[in-house]
Amino acid sequence: MQDPIAIERRRNTINGWLLLTPALIMLTTFAFLPTIATFWQSLFSRGTRRRPTEFVELENYRALFDDPTFWLVVTNNLFYAGITIPVSILVALTMALWANSKIPARSFIRSAYFTPTILPMIAAANLWLFFYTPGFGVLDQIGALFGLPSTNWLGQPETALWAVCIVTIWKEAGFFMIFYLAALQTIPPDLKEAADIEGAGWWSYTGRIVLPLLMPTTLFILVNAMINSVKLIDHLFILTKGGPSDASKLLLYYIWESAFAFFDAPAAAAMTVLVLIALGALAAAQFLVIDRRTHYR
Amino acid sequence: MSAMTTARLAAWLEAALAIALAIVWISPLIFAFWAAFHTSSDAVNFKLDATWTLENFRTAWNGAPWLTYFLNSFLLVTSVLIGQFVLCTLAGFAFAQVEFRGKDVIFILVLLQLFILPEVLIVENYVVASELGIVDSILGMGAPYMASAFGIFLMRQTFKSVPKELDDAARVEGCGLLGVLWRVYVPAARPTYIAYALVSVSTHWNNFLWPLIVTNTDAARPITVGLSIFAAPENGVDISVISAATVMAIAPLLVLFLVFQRQFVQAFLQAGIK
Repeated sequence: MQDPIAIERRRNTINGWLLLTPALIMLTTFAFLPTIATFWQSLFSRGTRRRPTEFVELENYRALFDDPTFWLVVTNNLFYAGITIPVSILVALTMALWANSKIPARSFIRSAYFTPTILPMIAAANLWLFFYTPGFGVLDQIGALFGLPSTNWLGQPETALWAVCIVTIWKEAGFFMIFYLAALQTIPPDLKEAADIEGAGWWSYTGRIVLPLLMPTTLFILVNAMINSVKLIDHLFILTKGGPSDASKLLLYYIWESAFAFFDAPAAAAMTVLVLIALGALAAAQFLVIDRRTHYR
Repeated sequence: MSAMTTARLAAWLEAALAIALAIVWISPLIFAFWAAFHTSSDAVNFKLDATWTLENFRTAWNGAPWLTYFLNSFLLVTSVLIGQFVLCTLAGFAFAQVEFRGKDVIFILVLLQLFILPEVLIVENYVVASELGIVDSILGMGAPYMASAFGIFLMRQTFKSVPKELDDAARVEGCGLLGVLWRVYVPAARPTYIAYALVSVSTHWNNFLWPLIVTNTDAARPITVGLSIFAAPENGVDISVISAATVMAIAPLLVLFLVFQRQFVQAFLQAGIK
């Protein structure tokens, strides 16, 4: 006779794997295998009609590291992350503190902050085009009121990346605000009362009580903002196409361009691998440091 | 000045700043609406008393197969949503309520996909899509997103919070595993499904890069790709017409948002907190 517990356990295992099968097939097809294939591809040369692809070890990476455009794009992306992450978090926090306080027109304010979140990046880019266009764009017209000369915001290397950053901040700040707003509403009101009794002012209440309590939310938002600094590149297609002279080109856009405009799959694969490694490090940091507890409850 | 008036002044100033930021934040949208209903020369000169016109919408509408784009976007979000509901429900249930060997390792693999974004794998995913023969189709645009790690995680967390007694009661009445899932867990997770649906629909209605890569005819293109082609500077369309096209493209989601505002915000929250 077989042990009923063993039978039960075996049945659970079969059931568990059967339930997972559809999702695992899709994940394997569109995430796991492509990841491995990308690593593999990055070790082969670009095939031409005369010469088939051949194994070249790390040659593609060497070529990439010798490519000044690649380094420019990396620098751009670091700048993009360095600006959009802190600024959108700060703006989101300010928005949340306002949207949570007792001020008139609160629901209008909340919707106004949140609306950009639900727009496609492409549409957002079109809206901002109207602001940035030299001569008759809104920014230039406002500048003209103060006697400033017309500026081609998207057309000059010094300002193009800034213009791109601003659209990203505009798009994601309202989204991050929501998480702060939720966290703020879980802070018990007696803390505020106690602070008032102690005679603590707004600054010390916010700085000593509210901000520390918001720390987990800030970390969550930080991880999301870091992922977004790789992912949010749709607006480049409308605003600058990475120009002028690559001044606003970001990594994912460059990967797209290498693969689908220059047909240089090995270069694209090598860059993808580097991005995957960066994201993997971020994932490891998240799992090991930030929220070990919440995931394995 | 007494402390009372200083406090009131500060409150007043805070409100003024908050409202000013709100106005700045929606001004791109407002300008686009205004431009969409005016001739481009009136729009760029900010003639506030200019006459309103629908001409831009007429021009935009005749300039591209918008109806097809809308239909494709609709089919895309619907098929992604159905796929996600089925796959994530089954997998989330396995992770939440079935004990089996190898579960933890697989769960970590699934969570990794939260970081290995489909967006980053565009090059190899295109190879996969062409081998499967689903390039330039709705399925090709939607398939990489169906087994969403986020959705699996969300459903797992929701199913974990379903009271065990309900589960036991259904089993006593003779329900099999799928029966329990269908009769007990799925109904209990209704709010999560609604939240997930809103997040998923708005994400995929707005998705651009992968649909751009995997489609190459108007028959399959969704609204975002259509809009980007229509508004490309090379085409030299004027700003009022682009605004009209943009307004058209965002209108369905914007109306949905304004009607279901509370639910939308709740949905994003719930989805983010889990």
